[in-house]
Amino acid sequence: MPPLLQLEDVHARYGPTTALRGISLTVGEGESVAVLGANGAGKTTTLRAISGTVKRSGRIEFAGQSLGRRGPESVSRLGIAHVPEGRGTFGELTVRENLRLGAYTQRGAAFKADYVRVLNLFPWMADREGQQAGTLSGGEQQMLALGRALMQRPRLLLLDEPSLGLAPSIVGEIFRRVKVLNAEEGLSVLIVEQNAVVALDTAARAYVLEVGRVVVTGSSEELRRNESVRRSYLGY
Amino acid sequence: MEPGGPLMANFLQQVVSGLATGGIYGSLALALVLIYRATRVINFAQGEMGMFATFIALWLIESGWPYWGAFFATLAIAFVGGVVVERVVIRPVERAPAVTVVIITIGLLIGLNGAAFWIWGGETRAFPSAFSTRAIHVGGVAFSIQDLGVIGVSLAAVGLLYVFFRFTKLGLGLRAAALNPEASRLVGVRVGWMLALGWGFASVLGALSGMMVAPLVFLDPNMMRAVLLYALAAAILGGLDSPIGAVVGGLVLGVGLNLISTYVDFIGDQLKLPVAFAVILAVLLVKPTGLFGRTTVRRV
Repeated sequence: MPPLLQLEDVHARYGPTTALRGISLTVGEGESVAVLGANGAGKTTTLRAISGTVKRSGRIEFAGQSLGRRGPESVSRLGIAHVPEGRGTFGELTVRENLRLGAYTQRGAAFKADYVRVLNLFPWMADREGQQAGTLSGGEQQMLALGRALMQRPRLLLLDEPSLGLAPSIVGEIFRRVKVLNAEEGLSVLIVEQNAVVALDTAARAYVLEVGRVVVTGSSEELRRNESVRRSYLGY
Repeated sequence: MEPGGPLMANFLQQVVSGLATGGIYGSLALALVLIYRATRVINFAQGEMGMFATFIALWLIESGWPYWGAFFATLAIAFVGGVVVERVVIRPVERAPAVTVVIITIGLLIGLNGAAFWIWGGETRAFPSAFSTRAIHVGGVAFSIQDLGVIGVSLAAVGLLYVFFRFTKLGLGLRAAALNPEASRLVGVRVGWMLALGWGFASVLGALSGMMVAPLVFLDPNMMRAVLLYALAAAILGGLDSPIGAVVGGLVLGVGLNLISTYVDFIGDQLKLPVAFAVILAVLLVKPTGLFGRTTVRRV
């Protein structure tokens, strides 16, 4: 069976700046995969190429469909939920409205059931449905973004640096949630992360990017044992 | 003095008549704010679009349509017209700097004005009112039915729009698209169409203000010039970003100007516009974001 998501020789650029120089990677059905690398290595652009928020060339296939010419409105309808850099919170809207937007392409009946499910995952949201999302803490906003993504009923979840700007305990909490969603509900996940320690704990496999190319790939176990990965990204 | 005394009665009449013109300013101001929130651009053609729609309404009425039939048909035509203008004229410059888009709306203003002159000529025409010009007397105060009708129509339009934006999924999509276009696309909101719909709704409000003001000032291709300036003032007073601010700004401006021109002799009708702008300047000096505006923090 072909993988759920397959990128082959994908290139992307922002104006004159080349960001991806031929990326190939796969995510299998129910798999959890991490993309590691320094700032500017092309991690964020890889996710943007998949969701269609940057112009790209090369082959991108998801569940047998080509994504190459699709914009984000269309990619999201295929079952890919992308939590972008900065979490994509609608700060002026309420918690409930943010979650409602996650279900934007779903039928009304689906919304109710999924909404209850997200509130069960994050019970604090139930008491703060009417609160403006912009007034939530960074960790709460990240959980809200995760909740919004789940409302999209995704087959594949793209997470861009969920740890950014959060305290270590909250980072741990968020990655635990992702791990549970992956293990218990079979949600496929592709996480971009600077924090390699926590990313390798969550994902089964990883790719390491340097200046727009994949330089190392393997299981999380293998990467932890890899000398140069350890020195550059794990810091020991 | 008892409440029914002649001074008090005159004051109340002036307030109600100010609310009527204020409702007209507020409707057009709300149209400006809807587009400003979505695109950060002021649509200077908003008034002329309303004027053009009002001419269409008059044409329908003169062809034998009943008033309310022509009224609602015009609103529908204005909606489609607004969507088409966005798709055809604004869409190609979507990514251009704001100045480019503003200049295009000014071009649209001149174009629509010229087209109206060409099609209907420059002479002023009487436009029928849906409401009687008689007065009803409440405790010694005479209110014009016309004024009350205009207030009612404006409030109904604003109320319907509020319910639509606040409680429907499409309304939520419109708000989301204006607040965070990229994140909206990622959840499947078709942002381009949301902008077009926004232009449609703004155009409906413009048509509404045109049809409400035409019986008061007569219809000609330049009818909306002054109304647009007042609406702009109202929108800025309320804080360009705030729909509620636009409506309240319109009402405050309408009532304020009416009272000033009634009670301050030397101002009268001629000096209303400068006074309006002096007041707004004063407000902005004290509160630069307007009465209801938020302080925006720009990301660098």
